[in-house]
Amino acid sequence: MQNVITPDALVCDAPNDMKKTESWTANLKYLVVGVMFGIVFVKAEIISWFRIQEMFRLQSFHMYGVIGSAIVVGMISVWLIKRFNIKTMSGETVEFHPKKFNKGQIFGGLLFGLGWAITGACPGPLFAQIGSGYVVIITTLLSAVAGTWAYGYLRNKLPH
Amino acid sequence: MEFIDLIRKPWPWYVAGPLIGLTVPTLLLIGNKSFGISSSLRHICAACMPANIPFFQYNWKKEIWNLFFVVGVLMGGFLATTFLENPDSFQLSSATIADLKALGIRDFSGLMPADLFDAANLFTLKGLVFFVLGGFMVGFGTRWAGGCTSGHAIMGLSNLQWPSLVATCCFMVGGFAMTHLILPHLMKLF
Repeated sequence: MQNVITPDALVCDAPNDMKKTESWTANLKYLVVGVMFGIVFVKAEIISWFRIQEMFRLQSFHMYGVIGSAIVVGMISVWLIKRFNIKTMSGETVEFHPKKFNKGQIFGGLLFGLGWAITGACPGPLFAQIGSGYVVIITTLLSAVAGTWAYGYLRNKLPH
Repeated sequence: MEFIDLIRKPWPWYVAGPLIGLTVPTLLLIGNKSFGISSSLRHICAACMPANIPFFQYNWKKEIWNLFFVVGVLMGGFLATTFLENPDSFQLSSATIADLKALGIRDFSGLMPADLFDAANLFTLKGLVFFVLGGFMVGFGTRWAGGCTSGHAIMGLSNLQWPSLVATCCFMVGGFAMTHLILPHLMKLF
């Protein structure tokens, strides 16, 4: 068990590996990708609490199809990027981050799963639900921020 | 059929899934960014209330793209609901409807059950469970696991990371446990 903060704590799991500094307006690119992502979320109804229940009750293939085909397309893309050493728009080598195993992936994963089935949402869909007019979900989002904060506060005392 | 009508209908999994998968290479190629959404919650903590906690002491401004991304997701949700709304009613599997009716859900009209996610429930026990407790577990759990469905299930598995497979399996186990073992008891409380 590791109870000391390692430098890993200061590394983000979805990091920005771009070496060139981006202007403030360059961030609009990510906003646009987010918009398209949000539209897909709503149109495929995966932001629906009902669809999540359907998935966990094994009563529809829909969610498994969405997640499964997303992973397959992602895998092929990552393979192609690595195989042909495809560079980013600004000519940099794409960085990948090996994930280290720790027990948090088990305990945290189970805890997230419990919350997923209650709220009918993972972090992404939470934002799309709010945008779709379920304004009350702001409470869930704030609670998720509080949960993240509490994790940061208790991190040294938790098994990893 | 008009193109716009086709878009307004719910999208099948084989259209939506690949589009979500394409987010991975898009983010990598437009700016060397690894896909992951729960990090945005950490950046919000780091930006708003770091409270001298080492976990929140990092240069969140470098990661601000992630916050632009989630604001985009929110706007996308708004645009899709406002301009591309499904003209037909929501089609849920009849088995799920039967199961949820048995649990006390009555309203099946929207994407979210009005019986649970209504502002009127905000300050009730129901609200405490479905908004506060549920949200807290999502936030605490994803950070402890080091990612959520996007960071682990999609980005992690795309990059063949076995710890992400462990995390994804645990996400599913937790969800099955809540749905089949705990939710029936929770619903009896209200």
